[in-house]
Amino acid sequence: MADKHVDQLSGIETTGHEWDGIRELDNPLPRWWLWIFYACVVWSIGYYIAYPAIPLVSSYTKGMLGYSSRAEVHKEVAAAKAAQADQLQAIADASLEEIRTKPELLEFAMAGGKSAFNVNCSQCHGSGAQGAPGYPNLNDDEWVWGGSLDAIHTTITHGARNTQSDDARVSQMPAFVKDGIFTREQAGQVAEFVLSLSGNATDQAAANEGQQLFEDNCVACHGEGGVGTAELGAPPLNNDIWLYGGDKATIVESIANSRAGVMPAWGKILDDVTVKQLTIYVHSLGGGQ
Amino acid sequence: MIVPLVVGALLGLYLSAGSVDTTIYLHGLLLTAFCVVFIFRVIKSDGETGGPADPNSSINYNDAVVRAGVIATTFWGVVGFLVGLVIALQLAFPVLNLDLPWTSFGRLRPLHTSAVIFAFGGNALLMTSFHVVQRTCQARLAGGWAPWFVFWGYQLVILMAATGYVFGVTQGKEYAEPEWYVDLWLTIVWVVYLLVFLGTLWNRKEPHIYVANWFYLAFIVTIAMLHIVNNLALPVSWFGAKSYPVFAGVQDALTQWWYGHNAVGFFLTAGFLGIMYYYIPKQANRPVYSYRLSIVHFWSLIFLYIWAGPHHLHYTALPDWAQTLGMTFSVMLWMPSWGGMINGLMTLSGAWDKLRTDPILRMMAISVAFYGMSTFEGPLMSIKAVNSLSHYTDWTIGHVHSGALGWVGMVSFGAIYFLAPKMFNRERLYSLRLVSAHFWLATLGIALYAAAMWVSGILQGLMWRSYDALGFLEYSFAETVDAMHPFYVIRVVGGGLYVLGALIMAWNVYRTAKGDVRTEKPYVDALAQPAGA
Repeated sequence: MADKHVDQLSGIETTGHEWDGIRELDNPLPRWWLWIFYACVVWSIGYYIAYPAIPLVSSYTKGMLGYSSRAEVHKEVAAAKAAQADQLQAIADASLEEIRTKPELLEFAMAGGKSAFNVNCSQCHGSGAQGAPGYPNLNDDEWVWGGSLDAIHTTITHGARNTQSDDARVSQMPAFVKDGIFTREQAGQVAEFVLSLSGNATDQAAANEGQQLFEDNCVACHGEGGVGTAELGAPPLNNDIWLYGGDKATIVESIANSRAGVMPAWGKILDDVTVKQLTIYVHSLGGGQ
Repeated sequence: MIVPLVVGALLGLYLSAGSVDTTIYLHGLLLTAFCVVFIFRVIKSDGETGGPADPNSSINYNDAVVRAGVIATTFWGVVGFLVGLVIALQLAFPVLNLDLPWTSFGRLRPLHTSAVIFAFGGNALLMTSFHVVQRTCQARLAGGWAPWFVFWGYQLVILMAATGYVFGVTQGKEYAEPEWYVDLWLTIVWVVYLLVFLGTLWNRKEPHIYVANWFYLAFIVTIAMLHIVNNLALPVSWFGAKSYPVFAGVQDALTQWWYGHNAVGFFLTAGFLGIMYYYIPKQANRPVYSYRLSIVHFWSLIFLYIWAGPHHLHYTALPDWAQTLGMTFSVMLWMPSWGGMINGLMTLSGAWDKLRTDPILRMMAISVAFYGMSTFEGPLMSIKAVNSLSHYTDWTIGHVHSGALGWVGMVSFGAIYFLAPKMFNRERLYSLRLVSAHFWLATLGIALYAAAMWVSGILQGLMWRSYDALGFLEYSFAETVDAMHPFYVIRVVGGGLYVLGALIMAWNVYRTAKGDVRTEKPYVDALAQPAGA
C-alpha cells in the first residue's frame, strides 16, 4: 500500500508501506556508521596485503610481512631457550652440591624447580608440597626414602613402584591380616603400640599386648622403637607424621592390607636438568638432609 | 498428515525392537508415542487446527500455536536457567557434581546450553516467527496441521537431546551434541518449518515482505544448511546411538566452528533481530527508523557473518590464511551488527519518555543495548592479539552470556510480555510492576555475571601467560583454578538473580493466562496507553 504517509511526530515522510500498523521511515545511513564500516573494510584489505590471506589452488598468498604463526612460535621458543641456555648448561655441568653453594645457580635452579614442581608434582603432593593422604608432605623432616640431595634425586629420577624404571624405589610391607600373619585383634594391638610410640595410645593394655608382636614382626624394617629405616623405605613411626593418617582405623588398615603408593619415574619424562632443579627445590622445602 | 505419522510410529517401533543400546530403545518408543498421540489429536480435532485469539479478528489467524509457544518458551526458559545455575554452583563447589555420571558437569553443561539456546531460544523464535509472519502478511499460517507438527516435533527434538545428554549420548560437537537420529528428525521438522513460513509469505496480503521476515527467513534457511553439513556422520549401527563424523582433524574443527559461530549469527542474532524488528516498533508505536539501513545492514550481516567462524580457531592447526579471514570478517561485521542496534534504538526516538512508564519497552531497549555491547566485544575478541589473551578463558563465557542473557533473553522476555495478554485474549498483563521487578533483577544479574567473568577471564589469561624474571612459568594450573573461585561465587549470585526474574515472569504469564489482574499502582500513562496499543 504505497500511499503517501507522513510520520506526525518527526514530520518525515515514511516509505508508505504498512504492516500490521508498522511503518518505516527512510532516514539516511548515519555517516559515522558508514565511515567506520568503510574503515574496517579498508583495514581488512590492508591486512590481506600484509599477512597470509587468500587461498590459491595448492598454496595461499603469504603476505608482505612473511608472517607465519608457526614460525613465530618457533622463534619465541628458541628465544626463550637461548635466554636460559647458559644457566641450564651450568646446572648440567655442576654437581647437586655445587649448585647449592653457588647463589646464582641456586636461585635459577630454585625458580626452575618450583615451576616444574607446579606443573608436574603439585597434582599429588599439593601446590604447597604439603602432601595428601598417600602422598608425602615434602615440607617436613621425614623422608620415606631419605632426604639427602642424592636420595631425593634418585627418588625423583626413578620414582616408586612403577613399571617405567628398573631402579624404582620398591618396598613391600606384608599385608599382615590378609596374609594371615595377624588376626584383626592382633592388628589392633600392634596399632595401639605404634600409636604409643608417639604418645597417642588410647588403650595402654592393648599397646602392651602389641609390643611383642611389633618386636617380632616390624622391628626388622621400622627399627627398634619405630625409628624407621630410609634405606628400606620404612618410615619412622615414633613421631606424629603419618603418610596415610594417624587415627587407629587407618593404621589398622595399613597393617592389615599394607600400602603401596606409586610415583612415576620422572627421569623418563623430564630432562636431566629439570630433575636436578626439582631435586634442589624439593630439598630446600623443609627438612632436606 | 496421518500417513507419515503412521510411518513414523512404525519406524519408532522398528528402532526400539532392533536397538543395540538403551537410548535408542527409549527414543524409538518416544517417537512412536509422539506419532500415536499426534494421530489421535488429528482425528479427534475434526480438521480444527487453531483459530485467532481475538474472536473478532477478521483474519483466521492460527494463534493457538503461538499461545503454545508462549507456554513452551516460558517453561524452557526457567528450566534452562535453572540448569545453568546448577552448573555454575558445580563450578564454584565441585562437590555438587554428586559423584554420579548423570549429574556431572560434563553432562549437565550441554543440557544447559541446549536448553537455553535451542529449547528457550528456539521456542521464542518459533513463537514469534509464527506470530510475526501472520500479522505482517495478514495471512493465516500455511499448512493446516504443519505448524503443530513443527511445534511438537521440535519439543520432541529437545526431549531426545536432553535425555540423551543425561545418559551420556553425545557426538561431542559443541551446540550440536545430539546424535545422528535426532539430527535427522530435526531436519524433517526444520524443512516443514521452512515450508510453513514460505507458504505463509506466499499467501501475504501485503505486496512487500516486512524486514522482520527477511531475518526469520535467513535464520531458517541458514540453520538448515549449517545443521546438515556439520552433522554429516555415519552411524556405527542403524539401531545404535553412536556415530562418527565424516570430517576429521582440522577440517572437522573448522566445520564445527563454521556451524558454531553461525548458530550464534543466524540463530541468536538474525532470528532475534526479526523479533526486534516487529516487537519494538509495535510496543513503542513508532515507525522503524530507517528502511535503507535495514537493507544495508541485513545484506552486509548475512554476507559477512558466515565467514567469521575461523576466529574460534586462532593459533591452532588451522592455516594462517583461514585465521586471517575469520578475524577480518569479524571486524568488518562490527558495523553491520550495529546497524541493527541503531535501527532498534532509533526507532524509539519520539518515544523515549515511554521507557519510564513502560517496563516492557524498557526490557526491549536494554536488550538492544546489550546486543550493541556484545557485537562490539565479539569483533574485539576476534583480533588475534586480544584472542591470545581471551581464548579458553572465562572472558569468552562472559561474552556469550552478556549476549545470551542480555540480548537474546531480554528481547524474548519482551516478546513474551507482549504476546501473553494478546494470545490468551486478556485485557492486559497481570502485572507491569512485576515486569519492572523482572527487569531490575535480570539487569543486575547480568551485570554481576559479566563483570565477574571479565575479571576472572582476564586474570586467568594473565596467570596462564605469566613468566618470572628467569623465564619460568609463574603459576600452576591448579593455582589459576583456585584464583577463579570468588568470581564463580559472584556468578552464582548473578545467575540466581536472573533465575529469580524468570520465575517472576512465569508467575506473571500464568496469572495473565488465568485472566487475573493485579491490584497495583499503575504507571502514569500506562492506563492512557495500554501496553502494545
